[in-house]
Amino acid sequence: MTSNSEQRIVVTGLGATTPVGGNVTETWEAVLAGTSGVSLMTFPWVETYQLPVKIAATIKQAPVDVMARVEVRRLDPCGQYALIAAREAWADAATPEVEPERLGVVIGTGIGGVHTLLDQWDTLKEKGVRRIFPLAVPMLIVNGPAAAVSIELGARAGAHAPVSACSSGAEAIGFALEMIRSGRADVVVAGGTEAAMHPMPIAGFTAMQALSTRNDEPERASRPYDTGRDGFVLGEGAAVIVLETEAHAKARGARIYAEIAGVGISSDAYHIAAPDPEGAGAARAMRDAVRAAGLSPSDIVHINAHATSTPVGDVAESKAIRRAFGDEADHMPVSATKSMTGHLLGAAGALETVFTILAVHHRLAPATINLDRFDPAISLDVITGENRKMPAGDIAALNNSFGFGGHNLALTIRSV
Amino acid sequence: MAQSEKEILDGLAEIVNEETGLDTASVELDKSFTDDLDIDSLSMMTIVVNAEEKFGVRIPDDEVKNLKTVRDAVSFIAGAQS
Repeated sequence: MTSNSEQRIVVTGLGATTPVGGNVTETWEAVLAGTSGVSLMTFPWVETYQLPVKIAATIKQAPVDVMARVEVRRLDPCGQYALIAAREAWADAATPEVEPERLGVVIGTGIGGVHTLLDQWDTLKEKGVRRIFPLAVPMLIVNGPAAAVSIELGARAGAHAPVSACSSGAEAIGFALEMIRSGRADVVVAGGTEAAMHPMPIAGFTAMQALSTRNDEPERASRPYDTGRDGFVLGEGAAVIVLETEAHAKARGARIYAEIAGVGISSDAYHIAAPDPEGAGAARAMRDAVRAAGLSPSDIVHINAHATSTPVGDVAESKAIRRAFGDEADHMPVSATKSMTGHLLGAAGALETVFTILAVHHRLAPATINLDRFDPAISLDVITGENRKMPAGDIAALNNSFGFGGHNLALTIRSV
Repeated sequence: MAQSEKEILDGLAEIVNEETGLDTASVELDKSFTDDLDIDSLSMMTIVVNAEEKFGVRIPDDEVKNLKTVRDAVSFIAGAQS
């Protein structure tokens, strides 16, 4: 194996399909314009099951519009989204020439092929065993999206599917970073995907009282840091990036967006759903991410927060940021992009890494929407109103992602 | 009600198209499912189950391996309908 341990790992391609856009450009423009992707769900099952939650951030562009019908039939929506985002990222990176044995794939997902699992269970009960789709199992397995992307790209260095609830997408990118650093690959396509727009997961999140029920104002329902926040809004989609060693990228004359400079990972060991209210584990992940990048807190000029719009989570993260950085957090303006995209669960960490990369690349951090009355329990410089210009020169930013189960991920993105 | 071989072929071609994306015109009587149409065993099972529903017949699992060409399938379905 080639050692890449001294190499900078850079991002050369971005892809996404989200509730606010069918690709990265559309998504980023929508986020900079403060566009909400949340609306009333039109699925008949909302009424059938009398769901108290009637709003969600559903995918903007239907997969059938951008991929072959046969692909749609043979992939769970979570696999479809991953493949769409991976194709965009790969094309955006100008289809790097790389030996298959040096190309890896890491696609995380929180739940995996839940549509297939539950639809096929319905089929079994209603129509019997012969009507079960022969591809049901490969469609529902959690590594299905990673496998589909590896097959698409001919990636043979390994295909992985880290699972850590809502930090899966960020964990995938951290895993990719370590995969390249350890010498197992020179180029890795990594990200997250989620497609849980199904009554059962929605009912499950409802039972946890995790979702907003602001049904009469869908576009205003996701409101991180606002005193009126009442839970997250379920989103869906995928985001994928192409990482490679700086040497590999420069040798082929690739456009470089930013560097993935470090990852910090910790677990709370506190509660299966609630975050540690003191944020000790989250703070450790953030500090480790900065240290792993060879930086100090004074270098961090922006944070894309996990900020899901839950009453408890947003405060816990604010405390964690202060615990990690103290007064230094004063110069770390915060974006809470879930205010627009909703919460993409296992794709969230990857999508928000894309936003953080673009914020560093374009020197512009997006404003949080729906923040009318700032919660006094939050002690952060949250960007509202206008998007915030980032300083010139060498800058770095953090992306935070946390998952049910106490998983904490922080990624440091540095300008190039 | 029994259908003509042409009707069965057309219906089968639609099922194959739905499952594989192959053009319905390429589903000809002499074509082999595996060698010519590149249909694997998993897709074949889906095609069989959809054909059962569409044509109102039962195609036993043991019989599927004998359905090598499109003609084999059309003949079996026609026979099962009569």
